[in-house]
Amino acid sequence: MILLIQYTLVFSSVLMLVALGGCFSEHSGVINIGLEGIMVFGALGGALVMSAVPAGTSALIIIILSILAAMLMGILYSLLLAVAAINFKADQTLVGTAMNLLGTAASTVIVKAINTSANPNNPSSTLQYIQAKKAFLLVDGYEFNWFMPLALCLLILSYVILYKTRFGLRLMSCGEHPQAAASVGINVYKMRYAGVMISGLLGGLGGLVYITAGVSEWKFENGVAGFGFLALAVMIFGGWKPFRIALAAVLFGFFRALSNVYTGFDLLAALNLPSTVYNMLPYIISLVVLIFFSKNSAPPKAEGIPYDKGTR
Amino acid sequence: MRNKDSILRKPAVQSLLTSLLCILLGLLVGFVVLLIINPAGAGEAIMDIIKNFLNYSKPATRLKNMGNTLVKTAPLLMCSLSVLFAYKVGLFNIGAAGQYVAGAGACIYCAVGLGWSWLPCMIMAVLAGALVGALSGALKAYRNVNEVISCIMLNWISLYLVNTILSQVKNPTSPYTYEITKKVVMENGAMTTVAHPGAVLPQLGINGLFNNNKYVGLAIPLAILLAVGIWVLLTKTKLGYELRATGLNMYAAKYCGMQDRSNIVLTMAIAGGLAGIGAAMLYLTGFEEWSCTQSSVPAMGFNGIAAAFLGGLHPLGAIFSSFFIQHITDGGAQLNKQVYPSEISNLISSLIIYFCGFVLFFKLTLTKWLNGRNEKKNAAKGGSAK
Repeated sequence: MILLIQYTLVFSSVLMLVALGGCFSEHSGVINIGLEGIMVFGALGGALVMSAVPAGTSALIIIILSILAAMLMGILYSLLLAVAAINFKADQTLVGTAMNLLGTAASTVIVKAINTSANPNNPSSTLQYIQAKKAFLLVDGYEFNWFMPLALCLLILSYVILYKTRFGLRLMSCGEHPQAAASVGINVYKMRYAGVMISGLLGGLGGLVYITAGVSEWKFENGVAGFGFLALAVMIFGGWKPFRIALAAVLFGFFRALSNVYTGFDLLAALNLPSTVYNMLPYIISLVVLIFFSKNSAPPKAEGIPYDKGTR
Repeated sequence: MRNKDSILRKPAVQSLLTSLLCILLGLLVGFVVLLIINPAGAGEAIMDIIKNFLNYSKPATRLKNMGNTLVKTAPLLMCSLSVLFAYKVGLFNIGAAGQYVAGAGACIYCAVGLGWSWLPCMIMAVLAGALVGALSGALKAYRNVNEVISCIMLNWISLYLVNTILSQVKNPTSPYTYEITKKVVMENGAMTTVAHPGAVLPQLGINGLFNNNKYVGLAIPLAILLAVGIWVLLTKTKLGYELRATGLNMYAAKYCGMQDRSNIVLTMAIAGGLAGIGAAMLYLTGFEEWSCTQSSVPAMGFNGIAAAFLGGLHPLGAIFSSFFIQHITDGGAQLNKQVYPSEISNLISSLIIYFCGFVLFFKLTLTKWLNGRNEKKNAAKGGSAK
């Protein structure tokens, strides 16, 4: 039971962080399908730092460095989307898809290149960070980690920024009616850049949390197994509102956690279902949820439409 | 006032030029990455990727390897047709991968598990793909579920489902299914296999052209035929016209009395069927077996997106772009793995998709440049009367 709670919390913090990222981007008017790729790059940044820090570095420094690296990589990678979608008016779905493919391909190339240059007979795409990962744990022996309180803080911060600050309200106005926003002197381009880059920051952090969830090495060939898209489903289910997103994330996180730990429950083990059923569960649930909640969903009105100063 | 630069204004020429530019940019960035990894062999490595089967010195080996590339081009072409067909109707079919997986599951199970011959197996693959596609379409049309998200969810669901189903025809000594030339029979309560060559696609003598590469056959001409068929369907038929109209403006199409919702479902079903038959074209040749433990969706469907956009979203352009994408993907396998990772070709093809996002910008710039040149010319001529 305690295991299930641990994993539910881990996975829901991942989903919540990434979905909040998507929320910022979409409120500014840019659809961010590329969250999956952003997660991979954030994970790569964090993993590189974690595997590179010398043994004996203090836990606090490891935590700060790897979180900063993940956020920075996420932001840098999200600029690919920002430039294409905001300055060049590219198809946001296409660019996002390209970013997802590029994320896995590029991170595999980078990790393999690092691994082979260290040892020519090791062409694997796995990074190990067994020691560094321990720094994140709150209690020894359990998977409760520093990311959970951090995610909670970021949730509250996101709410405050979006609804209580001038910046957040301006950001949202750019996703609803950019021309109206521009007419009162808001720089739509800047706001959209900000939205996408915040999504890069949160997505990158989410990637780092994901690869430290119960494992201490990561094979980058696998990417993040559709988690970026699950986060998008969480965001839609959460109606683009931070606290509802948090609740949705807990629900999805629970089903994802179930696939990791279902063998520990006598009842579930007795059902004797193949493990693939549990693997499918989060995706099936999200599909079912979308079926019931998409009809009345109200996304930001201007999302996906490139902003053109000349149109009204 | 038609002057000779007007050829650059033709949409087909512009598409070709921008596609070539995307390829060039993709290769350039790929080359830079190779340079960073190891500057010494980078030039050679990028040539290895571009040359693929031309790396072999013997003509016979070259032909055989060209055959292998073609065998994988056929399913890729189907996936890219699937993507572009849906895109013409305003839908982004990122689920080609999952529909492809469903098709693979259906045809392998029918062939190896049930012992059917190739034609019904292929039909089942089409139906399985179409079913998965239609599901996304129906969700979009009737429940307003974004097709990109539902497709992604279905990709994973299909993958795990197919892994489970195909585990029943799995070779117990490996993670792969039995070869397509065998079928499973029960003998005294134990599972064994007997020869069953009927499930393999006919070779039609085409294999002779490729140094008797036994995998080359029906799939390749069929794929090209289907590409032409899709082109005809989209541009020359009433259905194609209605579908494209729905894609251009759903509300206008509805106002004209077109069935926008059922058109969306039909489009996704056709797109899914195309991806499904693509899987049959690969797995029914026996070129490779399904690995029941794979934990990621095959790249074929995603590469289909690259091929579709690189081909300028034209079915006939897709024939060439599919070959090119497969060519460099196979080319990546030619690299020295101790120095360069073979995923560099995935990197290049994803970069190509990324640059395809800029196509509109490239075309606008080209047109602007042409306009500017014209104006200058006219100005130089002075105010001559028209």
